[in-house]
Amino acid sequence: MSSHARSIKHDSFVIQRILNYDVAVLFRAWTDREAKARWFNGPHDKWTEQLREMDVRVGGRERVIGKFADGSESRFEALYFDIVPDRRLVYTYDMYFQGKKISVSLASVEFVALGKDNEKGSKLIVTEQHAFLDGYEDSGNHERGTLGLLDNPGVALAGGDTRLAKPS
Amino acid sequence: MVSDHLSATFAALADPTRRAILSRLAAGEASVTELAEPFDMSLPAVTKHLKVLQRAGLISQSREAQWRPCRLEAKPMREAATWMEPYRRHWERRLDRLDDFLREVTVKGARNARKKK
Repeated sequence: MSSHARSIKHDSFVIQRILNYDVAVLFRAWTDREAKARWFNGPHDKWTEQLREMDVRVGGRERVIGKFADGSESRFEALYFDIVPDRRLVYTYDMYFQGKKISVSLASVEFVALGKDNEKGSKLIVTEQHAFLDGYEDSGNHERGTLGLLDNPGVALAGGDTRLAKPS
Repeated sequence: MVSDHLSATFAALADPTRRAILSRLAAGEASVTELAEPFDMSLPAVTKHLKVLQRAGLISQSREAQWRPCRLEAKPMREAATWMEPYRRHWERRLDRLDDFLREVTVKGARNARKKK
């Protein structure tokens, strides 16, 4: 048995990003199932979504299961604790890889309107606190996309969802 | 490209002398002579290490003062740290995708709105 069995490692970070959209548009992108599926996903050439459930209300759950090209499975399971429309979301989530729980995390997402009437866009602040289980953090699986939500730069977004469009 | 920066950063860090130099600079600016002091090597050898660090953007050398002090540059180190924190990296890319997605739907929405007029 590896020395990592039963180990636990804690970590946390904050990411801030200014996006040129109203808080309402951003909040929608986080809470609408179809919209979130377009960006909270895996690399489109290597990962296939198998299940996506979303129930954004206090006590509601979200689940995203996907398979990589090599057949390995990723699973994200979240539970919502606090929801203030256009302001914040607080949820916990478990990450599984091949059925094994690799981390338990607390995520807080803040939506801050900038400028008068939100004219300067919005600041998104994502704070995450993690407990990595059994040596996941250095298991060397990162590059394979253990998280199931791997990078996907320049993703070609297909489809015609325009519901998030800003009123013009 | 970020990945090229990262390669340069990690290559520069893959040497104990260069890491020791960075540790020294974390405490404040220093001249080349001061940096060479603790090492049992020639000044040209130390200069060579400094050049590698400089190319990777990890340090810079002032042209102003006579003694041309070297100083630490935080950005590449921060990039390297970000790269090593998987969840943070995923978030950065996820937010890139969110931005791409919103740009696309906004452009489409504007186009549709125009069509309606």
